[in-house]
Amino acid sequence: MFDFGPHAPFIWACYAVVVAVHAALIVWLLQDGRRQARRIADLEARGIRRRSASS
Amino acid sequence: MTDKNQTLTQALANPTRFMAFSAWLLPIVAVLAAVVLAIAVYMGLNSPVDYQQGHTVKIMYLHVPAAWLAMGVYVAVAISSFGLLVFRHPLADVSAKAAVPLGAAFTFIALVTGSLWGKPMWGAYWVWDARLTSVLLLFFLYLGLMALRSSIEDETEAAKLTAVLALVGVALLPVIKFSVEWWNTLHQPSTRMTSTMHPSFRYPLLVHALGFSLLFLAMHLKAMRNEILRRRVRALEMVAANRPTSDAAVLAPRTEGAS
Repeated sequence: MFDFGPHAPFIWACYAVVVAVHAALIVWLLQDGRRQARRIADLEARGIRRRSASS
Repeated sequence: MTDKNQTLTQALANPTRFMAFSAWLLPIVAVLAAVVLAIAVYMGLNSPVDYQQGHTVKIMYLHVPAAWLAMGVYVAVAISSFGLLVFRHPLADVSAKAAVPLGAAFTFIALVTGSLWGKPMWGAYWVWDARLTSVLLLFFLYLGLMALRSSIEDETEAAKLTAVLALVGVALLPVIKFSVEWWNTLHQPSTRMTSTMHPSFRYPLLVHALGFSLLFLAMHLKAMRNEILRRRVRALEMVAANRPTSDAAVLAPRTEGAS
């Protein structure tokens, strides 16, 4: 199943690139989401509310 | 107009409603993407060896869906930009901004996997043929959209100018698509949406394409949610800055520390 002949390095390099790029995107998205949620929680903890939320 | 008469696009124009809907949809799409991609990788690794390309045909399962998405995501960016400029849809700019880095990533994958496929097949990692060069221009266009947006401080102005550039950039898509027919390229011509391929190669390719598309959808939903939260943070900071109390004075350094 994993014997890809003389061109194996090219094939595995492609899989590595795809996994690395997608993993980087997913980590970035999750961290960014957590960062924004933390900032909102921090602001709301100080009693700051959106006008639409307070009305 | 009652809620029942609204289209899905109109109903989701409200960011709060979009956040609730996407919170429900995102885990489903993410799990589906993981399952489909696992099946795709299994099918791809077990697919037969091509009589000309040998095992390197497996690169096609990664390269082609990434290339399709590189162009497909740009179409999504262009439609969102049109929605911003013409209909002033509240989520159009959020969608466009969220999609651009993802499109750049898929274009990068298409370029790198194409290069790694080119070396054993053509004997060169890169040739300046029309298809490769036009896709490289698409990658630069994505980078240009990100650079333009980040270089303008006024968010509304940045959104409009980025949308205009995105719509102008649509002219590149037919060049990419028909480059293999208009010019004599080293890159192979179209497989007519895989219809000219043997099913033993076509099915793994289509399952990969479905998996990549679901993964993009999941990441796009997440990126849109992040952008909506970022705009809420900005709105809250504006509220704090306009308060007559000392909140504004103490907010800035603490907020920076939290980020």
